[in-house]
This record gives sequence, C-alpha cells and structure tokens, in this order.
Amino acid sequence: MAVPDEDDTSKRIPSPVSMKSLAAPVKSAVDKYQLLPEFLKVRGLVKQHLDSFNYFINCEIKKIIHAKDNERIVSDINPKIYLKFLDIYVESPSVEEDHIREPLIPQRCRLSDTTYAAPVKVDIEYTRGNPIQTEIKKGHVIANMPIMLRSRRCVLYGMDDDELARLGECPLDPGGYFIVKGTEKVLMIQEQLSKNRIIIDTDKKGRVSASVTSSTHERKSKTVIVMEKERIYLQLNQFTKLIPIMVIMKAMGMESDQEVVQMVGRDPRYSGLLLPSIQECASERIYTQYQALEFLEKKVVKSRFTNQKVHQGDFYPKCIYVGVMLRRMLEAILNADTIDDKDYVGNKRLELSGQLISLLFEDLFKTMSSAAKKSIDEALTKASRSSSMDISLHLKKDWITHGLERAISTGNWDVKRFKMNRKGMTQVVSRLSFIAALGHMTRIQPQFEKSRKVSGPRALQPSQWGMLCPCDTPEGEACGLVKNLALMTHVTTDEEESPLITLCYSLGVEDMSLLSAEELHSVNSYLVMFNGLILGKHRLPQRFANGMRKLRRAGKIGEFVSVFVNEKQRCVYLASDGGRVCRPLVIADKGVSRIKEHHMKELRDGARVFDDFLREGLIEYLDVNEENNALIALYEGEADSKTTHIEIEPFTILGVCAGLIPYPHHNQSPRNTYQLCRMDTLLYLLVYPQRPLLTTKSIELVGYDKLGAGQNATVAVMSYSGYDIEDAIVMNKSSLDRGFGRCIVMKKVSAVKQAYDRIIMPKMSSGKGGLDSHMQILDTDGIASPGEIVRPLDILINKQSATVSRDQLISHKVLPDSAYKFTPVKHKGTEGETTVVDRVALFTDKDQNMVIKFMIRHTRRPEVGDKFSSRHGQKGVCGTIVQQEDFPFSERGICPDLIMNPHGFPSRMTIGKMIELLGGKAGVSCGRFHYGSAFGEPSGHADRVEVIRYHRVSSPSVYIHGTYLLPKAKTYGLRLGEMERDCLIAYGASMLIFERLMISSDPFKAQVCRKCGLLGYYHHSLKTGFCSMCKSGENVSTMKLPYACKLLFQELQAMNIVPRLQLTEH
Amino acid sequence: MPRLSALDMPDVPKAQLPPHLEQQRTRVSCKSDAPLHTEGIQYSGAYASMGVDNSLRLDSFSKNFRVEVVRLTEDEIEFDMIGIDASLANAFRRILIAELPTMAIEKVLIANNTSVVQDEVLAQRLGLIPIEADPRLFEYVSENDTAHEKNTIVFKLDVRCKKDDGRIKAKSSELKWLPGGSELQMASTNSNPSTNPNAKPKTYTSFNCRQDSLPEFSHKPLRPKYGDITIAVLGAGQAIDLEVHAVKGVGRTHAKWSPVATAWYRMLPEVVLTQEVEDGKAEELVSKCPVNVFDIEDIGEGRKKAVVARPRACTLCRECIREKHWEECVDLRRVRDHFIFTIESTGALPPEVLFTEAVKILEQKCERIIAELS
Ligand code: SF4
Repeated sequence: MAVPDEDDTSKRIPSPVSMKSLAAPVKSAVDKYQLLPEFLKVRGLVKQHLDSFNYFINCEIKKIIHAKDNERIVSDINPKIYLKFLDIYVESPSVEEDHIREPLIPQRCRLSDTTYAAPVKVDIEYTRGNPIQTEIKKGHVIANMPIMLRSRRCVLYGMDDDELARLGECPLDPGGYFIVKGTEKVLMIQEQLSKNRIIIDTDKKGRVSASVTSSTHERKSKTVIVMEKERIYLQLNQFTKLIPIMVIMKAMGMESDQEVVQMVGRDPRYSGLLLPSIQECASERIYTQYQALEFLEKKVVKSRFTNQKVHQGDFYPKCIYVGVMLRRMLEAILNADTIDDKDYVGNKRLELSGQLISLLFEDLFKTMSSAAKKSIDEALTKASRSSSMDISLHLKKDWITHGLERAISTGNWDVKRFKMNRKGMTQVVSRLSFIAALGHMTRIQPQFEKSRKVSGPRALQPSQWGMLCPCDTPEGEACGLVKNLALMTHVTTDEEESPLITLCYSLGVEDMSLLSAEELHSVNSYLVMFNGLILGKHRLPQRFANGMRKLRRAGKIGEFVSVFVNEKQRCVYLASDGGRVCRPLVIADKGVSRIKEHHMKELRDGARVFDDFLREGLIEYLDVNEENNALIALYEGEADSKTTHIEIEPFTILGVCAGLIPYPHHNQSPRNTYQLCRMDTLLYLLVYPQRPLLTTKSIELVGYDKLGAGQNATVAVMSYSGYDIEDAIVMNKSSLDRGFGRCIVMKKVSAVKQAYDRIIMPKMSSGKGGLDSHMQILDTDGIASPGEIVRPLDILINKQSATVSRDQLISHKVLPDSAYKFTPVKHKGTEGETTVVDRVALFTDKDQNMVIKFMIRHTRRPEVGDKFSSRHGQKGVCGTIVQQEDFPFSERGICPDLIMNPHGFPSRMTIGKMIELLGGKAGVSCGRFHYGSAFGEPSGHADRVEVIRYHRVSSPSVYIHGTYLLPKAKTYGLRLGEMERDCLIAYGASMLIFERLMISSDPFKAQVCRKCGLLGYYHHSLKTGFCSMCKSGENVSTMKLPYACKLLFQELQAMNIVPRLQLTEH
Repeated sequence: MPRLSALDMPDVPKAQLPPHLEQQRTRVSCKSDAPLHTEGIQYSGAYASMGVDNSLRLDSFSKNFRVEVVRLTEDEIEFDMIGIDASLANAFRRILIAELPTMAIEKVLIANNTSVVQDEVLAQRLGLIPIEADPRLFEYVSENDTAHEKNTIVFKLDVRCKKDDGRIKAKSSELKWLPGGSELQMASTNSNPSTNPNAKPKTYTSFNCRQDSLPEFSHKPLRPKYGDITIAVLGAGQAIDLEVHAVKGVGRTHAKWSPVATAWYRMLPEVVLTQEVEDGKAEELVSKCPVNVFDIEDIGEGRKKAVVARPRACTLCRECIREKHWEECVDLRRVRDHFIFTIESTGALPPEVLFTEAVKILEQKCERIIAELS
C-alpha cells in the first residue's frame, strides 16, 4: 500500500521520466552490503536475547518491586511493622566461598557444574525494635539470579578477543544463554498471540468471535464476544454462562439502546444485526443499569474486562472498547475478508528470555514476600515483643534463587498467578557445531502443541518476509511451527508509554472520553489505538502518521515505535510494546534511496556507524504492521516513485543457518530445509576443518569461515559399483588415509570422591613384577594421566571406599586398609576403538567433594556406514571404501575423494549443488573464494518466493459406509516420506492397492453370479449364495470386494446402469 | 545413394580393413554426447572374414612397442607408451600406486607432546611425510620380527618453543636420523634388571650395527625428502619430543607408502578436420578451444584456414563440437594404443626408476603365474 505523502501535496510530483533523470547521477545500486556487518557489529547475532535480558535487569526488575502490590510487606498483626523495597539491582556474577565473595567466570561454572549467577541486592526501609524505629539497609541480597552470558552484568561484557581467550571463552561465541548447574541452557523464544489486541476469528463451531487477551502486571484475562443464533454474547471467565451483550452494556451504564447502536456505528446493517440482541435484552426485562447489575450478580462477580483503564468506575472507555469490538465483529460477519488471520506475524508477539524471566521473577518475588510476611507474623505472635526483631532477616533468598535455577534447568515455567504451566522452555545449547548453537538461539517455539494437525500455522506466511526465515524449520511434527529469526530481525522491548500518549494528544488526537458515541465513528475520522488502547480519534490520520514517523526518524521517539494506518478498519495503530519483530530498511523518498554513495564511503572509512544511519533518518525499523503502509523495493533499480523503502540486502530474509547454503534459490525448497536440520552429522571436531571454497555473505557475517566445520572434497558424480544406491557414497581409501573426514569425538566421564573415599597409588603386585594390565594408565596419584591410551575396562581412577559407617569416619582415625573396598572408575568403551585420555580436571563441587572429570577422546576415520552431508541436504552414508587405484581418474590425473550417485540429483532437484560444484571448481582453478549468496547474482526467479506448504501431505478422508483411508489420522495424513515411498514401490502397486483398499479398509464378502455378473446374496436357509436375477444358487461364487465397490455397483444399478462382473478362475 | 545389390558391390580387399573399421579398431571417437567405440576389440578372429588377423603377436608387439620420454624432472616424468593395450598400461598404473614399496613412518613413540595437535593426529601427519630412502635396500618387517638396521629407520623429533619465542613451526627438516637405532629405553617391565645389570638398556630397536656404517648409507644420510613440511605449530612453552620408526610397506595398506603422488595416463588425442574450415569459421574455431589446439594458416588471396596445430594439448573438453554442425567438421579421436603416461614421484625414488620397478613387479607376477601354471 503506498501512502500518498500529504505534506508534499503542495509541490508537484514530477513525472516518472524526470524522476529517472533525477535519480540518474546517483549510481542506481549503491552497494549497501557494508551495512550488514555494521549492523551485526552493533547488534550481534543474539542481540534479541541480550537486549531483553538487559532490559529486565535494568528496568523491568525495578518496575516489579515498585509495583503497588509488591512494594511493601506489612504485617497483619501490627500494621506499623513493615518493610519497603526502595531499590533493586543486579550485581555481576560472583560466588560466595567461606564468606568471601569472589567474581565468577563462566568457564569455571561449566567445569565445576555450578550456576553462573549474580547476587540481586535490594535497598530496604524497615522497622525494627521496640519502640519501632525505621531503618534503611542497603545491599541486602535477596537472590542469586542466573546471568545471561555477554549481557550487561556478565563479566564478559565488552571484553575484547584476547581477554575472552584468557578467560577460556571462545571470542566467536555469541552468548545469550545461561549456565545452570554446569550446563548451558538457552531460553527459547516463545511465540504468542498479541496481547491487548482485538482479534476477529471464527471458532470451532464456525461462530464469528472477537476476542481480547488483556494482560497487565496483575492479571490476565480473556474476553470473547461471540455471535450465537444471531444473538451476541459475551464470554468471560468470571461468568459461568454467556452473557447477552446488551446486558453488559446496560450494566456499564449505557442504558439507551440508541447509544449502543451509535457506538457501533450508524450503518443500518449493523443495527439489523444488533436487533435480536436488543430484543433478547428487552425480553429479559432489563432496562436500567441496576437491573442489569442484578442480573449479573446472579451469574457471578462484577464484570471487569478488556484492558481499557477504568478511572474511578467510569465505564465509558470500556463501553467504547466493547463498541469497537462489536463493530469489528459485525463487519466481519458482513464481510468475511475482514476476519483476522491468526498466523499473521503482525498479530504475534515474541517472548524473549527477559520477559520470561521477569514473569517468573515476579511470581517468585511475591512468593518470597508472602513467605516473609508469614514468618514475620509468626515471629510477632510467638516471640516476646521486646526482642528487637530484624525483619529484614525474614527475606529468604532461597525462594528466588532456587525457583529460577529450577525453572531454567528443567524448562518448566509454573506461574500460578497466570495459571501458566509451560514445559520445555529451555534447551541445552547444542554444541555440535557453531552454527547449531547459533541456530538454537534464534529458534522460535510455537504457542501450539506440536501434535496439532493444523495446516494454517504451518504454512509460510507472506508477512514472514524478512522477519522469519522461510527455510529454517524442522521436519516432522514441528514443521512450520518452530521457526527461526531472519538475519536482521530485531525483537522489540517495552517502551515507556505515557510520553507517547501525551505526544499523541498534542499531535491532535481527540480524547475519547470527550467524544460522544456518534462522533466516534464519524465518516472522516480515524480511531487512534495505542498498544491496543483506544486513545481517541484523529481527523487527519495520514498527517498524524507522518508526523509520528518524522519524529521517529528524527530520533525524538524510540526507533521501534510503529505507526500503522489501517484504512480498512479506519484506525491508526501505534505500538511500542515489546515482542514485536521488526527490521531495518532504507528509507526512500519517492523511490530515491536516502543512502548515497558518500554515506557508504564514510561507513567504509569508519567515519560512520550503523547508528548514525538511524539517527540521520536514512534507515528505520519497520514492524510487520507498518510494512503494510510501505512499498518496499527489493533492489534500488526496481524502485519507482511510489516506493517508500528499499531492502538493505535481499538475502537477509534468510536466517543464520539458511544463509550458509550456497545458491539456495536454485534448490527445491524442502532441500534447504532439510539441510538446516542436518548441520549435526559427524561434526564433532574435524581434524582438518576447511573454509568452504564457495562462501556466502552470511557465512562471513557470522564468522563461520573462521570456525570451519566441513571439508572441501573432490567429487565425482557417477555411478560406481552397487554400493552407492540410495544416496550412499563411495569413498577413496587413500583420501581417508591422508586425513579426509577425520574427526575427534569427545566424551566426558566424571566421578566424585566422597569424603569417605580415597584414591591410592596403583599397587605393584610384587610377585609378578608388573602392574595389573588394567592399571597401566594410572599415574602415581591413582588417576589416569592425559595422553594415555585407554582400552575398555581400564581403570581411570583407582578409588576405594570405606566400608565402615560414617561415625567411625568422623573419629579421624586412620582406617586400616581392610576397611576399604575397591571401587574403581572404569572406562566403558567398545572393543577396537582407540580412545585416549585427553584432559583431566580436578575441582571441588559445592559440597566440598573432589570431582574428577575426564575428557576421553576418540579419533575416528570414516567407516562404512558413517553419514556425510553436503550443504544441500544431500546426506548419504558411506557405502563402501575403495582403493585409490580402483577409482576413476580424470584427464589431468585428478582422483576424486568420493563418488556420488547421479541419481541423487533429478529427484532432489538440488541445482544449487551442481552450481556449487562448478563454482568450487572454478574457485580451485583460479585460487579464489567465491560467493554463492542467495540472490547474489541477478537471476530470473530470485525475487519470488512461492508460498509453500511445508511437506506434510494431507489426505482428508471421507466416511462412506465404513470406508476410511488411514486408520489413525482422520483429517490429515501422515507424511509419506521417501523411505516409505520406497517400501511401497517394493511392495508393488497391486499389492498396495489390495492392502490399502481391502485388507486395511473394508473387505466385504459378496456373492456374485457367474452367469449374469450381478451381485447376489447369501441365502441363509439354503446355505448358499443366491442370485436374484437368475433365481438360482447354482452359478454363484463368493468373492471379496471393498464394501465401497459393492456400494458403487448397487448405486449404479439404481441409476439403471448394470455393472457386470466377469469372474475367471485362477 | 543409389540402391546397390550386395552382389554388385566391389570386393573388399583382403588383408586390409576398410578405413571406417580400421578407425574403429585403432581409435576411440568422441562425439558431443558420448564417446563411441570405447571398447577395444580383443578377439583374434574378429576380422577373419576379411583376412585380417587381429591377434596380438609378440614379435609385432616388440617391433611396434615404443617408449618416448617427453619430459623428465626430478620428481615427474611424462612419457609416451605406444603400441600397448590399455589393460597393460593400467596394470602399470595400479602397481605404481599400490604395490611399489617405500619407507614410511609407521610407529611413533611419543615421549612428550604438549602441542595442541593430538597424538593420533600428529602420528598421522608424520606418517605422510615422504622419506628419501631407497626401499630396495630394506626388508619388510614381519609380525614377529624385531626392528633391526635392515628393516627400520629411526628418526627423532625434539622441538620446543621457548616462552618468549612466540609461535614456531615444527618442520619435517627437524626429524633427525638416528643411525644407531632407537634411543628411548623400554620400561623394564618384563626383564628382571637384577639378573644382568651390565647389559645395555633395552631400547625399542635392536640394531646390530650403526646404519651409517653400512656402505649404502654412509655417504648419503637418510632424511625426509622435503624439509619444509609443517608438522605442528607450537605455542610458547609447548614441546614435542618423539621418536619415529619408518618401515617398508606398500600403498595398498596405507596411502603413505604409495611412492607416487599420483600416476595416470591418457590416450593420445587426435583432432581431425573432416572439412576445410575457412575464414570466419576458422577464427571461430580457434577461439573456441581453451587450450589452443587450432591455428590459422594463410592460404593466399587473403583467405585463411584452420589447421590442427597441437592435438596433444586437447583435453577432450568437447567445447569445439558443442554447437550444432561443428561435429561435422571436427572429429575428435583418441589413439587406442598410444598412452601419455605421467608419474609424479613423492621423492623416495626418481620417477623413471619407479616405472622400471613397476615393470619388474609385473614381471615377477607373470613369472609367478607361469610357475604356478606349469
Ligand atoms: S575438445 Fe576441447 S581441447 Fe580438444 S580441440 Fe576441442 S575445444 Fe580444444
């Protein structure tokens, strides 16, 4: 939708031709690629997590303690005794050991299985003593909160590469996760439906409904207005039944029906739809507010709904809100197009770590406060009042510490206040490869159950463009539900509302409370909604929107505030809430990019950073809704006079992982998707990692070329021997000898030395003059030393445990050897693997026991059966390993490392791979690295994304007289994968049809007359089949048919078509 | 072509094949889609009806067989082998890659390795270092042989990076030959030290004499062929101290024993212009070929024609016949019994010696078969 610029109507818009000439001196395509690394420099790859966590520890946490309900703990027994939170702050991570606090570094937590947490301190004002006097205490620790790595409070924040390396951190590691009990946990981004927004939808019964989920710090509720049997009802948790809408309106003081109709709008069609509801209300004899309230009293508590703020019982704003809801709903009834799309990304909010933690924190904080209050009250009742009581001591820090730690380590989010009980919120950071870890942090978990057999949310949404990666989604049941953020996506955090609201009023928004119902919907004005709140109306919506945008571009209001003019709904939506996805775009004035060559040059010279572009209004962030008001050109050359924005780089629509595939736009889209799930095959630690010859720009951006996780292979595409069917590959033994595909697998073995254990030197069995064969690798301290080759059952720790009871141990006597039992730690491995002790780490755990951790390394060379994968989702197992002399060689004597079967190409349609092969060869020949970014080269179909349905085959089945297709899934079939397909082919078509349509469907024994070919019946008294045409049972045979087939014959007969069966003997 | 009764056709001259059959017999022709007549005709009586004997005779073979060396450098040889069947040429290639023995590092005894390179990886890297030692002077080690001066070469590597050295590279030139055998003492596990206190401490090898006292090695110390191979990069304070034992083996067991980087052959290309290609077309043809097989020749009166100048350079990329109609003018062929053989030696033996060794191995094999057959 192009927005005509109202401000500039005075100047005449030049004709497109002269526009061109104006644009001519500006090189048509300024290379904006440089902006990307700059953008990522300021933002990092996991900025969304860091931002939201930083927001939480800097702002949100303060808001929580200053909330009305949370700020004070007042004793019930003596209201004079109280505790007030003045301030709260999160320190940087440290650990308390023997009452000394020392800073904690992440690597130590990983090794010693502890939590990377920082103390949360509060300043409190409280009463103590008798007579009561107030005291102020600073720095009281109330919790130990896990800290996100690389966040503001993390010790790693702002460190350079050398410093990081010194602390044992990888400089390329993006952070964004927590370390809890030694494991790295990432909080998955959660996808939610927008809060506080009206959503029009049809429910299961096909009724049109308008719903709003209101959420404040105190409570969450859902209000639904539904249309049932032409009457409109309101549904609310507090009420047991549906409440007629008119009763509600009356209860809120809108006694006159006319007012209600005005509120909804004067269109006679609306009033027509409202009429049955009005009549129902009248038939209930409810005319006044009092009557209505009485009616409601019976149904339960007083109504309290929608998020419109109520000022001293003034229900007028709520009435308007309900009016707007009604209006939208009635419109949807009249015109089905206006029903909201639940899958529209603009209706989604992403919950990030910060928000999730804050939810939990607030809940735990409340629990802690109430526990403190309880114990204060108890103390007050029991103890002699005279004892000076320090109530600050009643704040126990364990509540929050343990609560947070438990939630993050188990992933179960239980917030009783909101009846929230979610599982699987955290996942262990996958460290199989760098990219796997990165991909993990950008993954979005769906709100739905994964098993839901719905296609809508799984389908690719056009609004996903640029925000969520179109390729990166897992296969199988979570397909299309679990998504990944695209490269440049930013997820917003909350922003202060009140200044924005004031600004809106001063820009000419007429306050709602001053308007009558009639005025509200007057023809030439638009409603102004701010974060779902109705502010009022504005007569010049476009001007208002432009004004807001100008302020945003000038940096006067936050860069993430979105302004969206919805012409259909005649509303201007302003949003500043958190969780919206948005992305940066270059602003264009009538198709001319604001970024000019000299800007880019300054950027390259380092005279300008990304933020300068934002500040000077060259680039701005648009969220999904506002994108609807923009016309975005993919390339600068394509911009015309209506264009308002230009993409920075087209390949940023892809996510981090998808960006690694060269030429993805040449592949069948599921192949790209497969690839993303396959980053994990055999990528433990390659001995000789290489940089891909064919890189993409994304690879460079994420630093993947610095952390190679693959090798470049010389590949021959040909069929060779019978060991390469079904994607198997044939490998060259000499290549393997020379180190191709070698990798190191690391395993961790740890053991705890309890207080009553001892580790002793391996004993020389004096007689034979040697060690026990399994003890050879032990060092003199009784622990296996690094670099030793371990065989199965070798002893790693020569440990002995005391057999005597604890009491005797405490007596500090040296126990005799006989009191010890031999309890060694043995290596469990399979025979034939050469494993080596790589590292041994000793440390003490939190119970002051010694823990011994071994890293056991195993170097593997590829074997038959190992899985390999290219970057195009072409995985294959190694089918056989062949000597080099048996391998083909080329005209120039080149012998390939592996052979792929050409049959892998046609059905997979991975043209991108072919191009990669060519590009790679070109790269080798001229000694350069080549680019294979998506949309990198102008290609005919690069700018088109087809709406794909993720591969899940649907097969709706029809019930006809007991016929069904697949026994389980009734409306949606299961995916018939490649393997399954092969099974079916092997089974044979006739057998398949026989089985599917007969045996597992509806076999039926039919009597068929051999003479006339018609169906007969079984004559029970004669005990034979009987043909009613020939009036005899002589020629009747019994055969099996699907019931549906028999039915078809009979139905045909009824239509005077005679289907005759001719039977032959087999 | 007018229809002709078979009886009216002219007689085929005896003892000589018609040209198209002759071409089929001696050439592989390459068309734009695929090569034709790739299989050689082995059967001796294949052309008997025309009075042509197709059998391979020793005297004619020895008369026709030629080897012409084209290029010979220290580690590479290119020669033409003419008048031989592909199966034999291939046999040489296979023997060169997999059956010709060399010396390569097989055992690595690590005393100390604090570098970032893991022990196994380090050992694998060491194994691939080519060693300049004539394998003919050594014996194979069988399973229960002890290592002695006739079957084992010992090197030692002792590099350490001092604290303030920054980073250093351990190169293969730092592998020092130990002609006296291993210097590492075996842990006295099995032998009882008390019985023979004067005996020399047992090491991992039992050399009877020093290798450098042997005439073969005295003038030419054994060493890795190339001194500039990086074995590992050491950071400050890291050290590698190890001893390696090189033994004799063949490439079939492990590629490290392969004496050639690679050995391959190709058939001699033959490019024939079946039609005159003149003027503009000639220039087009010349520009088509990426390796400049064609040249332009003046034929007077300002006219030019294309000639095949360097057919040997043709890589059979088929670029010149890719477009329509060109196939009619240019015929790409391969001479069936002319092989351009290239051997790249890794350095243990000079490439020409490698080939003669390969011939010897094939000879031995044949003798073995003859012996077994008779
Ligand atoms: S096949 Fe290729 S190399 Fe050979 S002549 Fe034709 S163009 Fe030149």
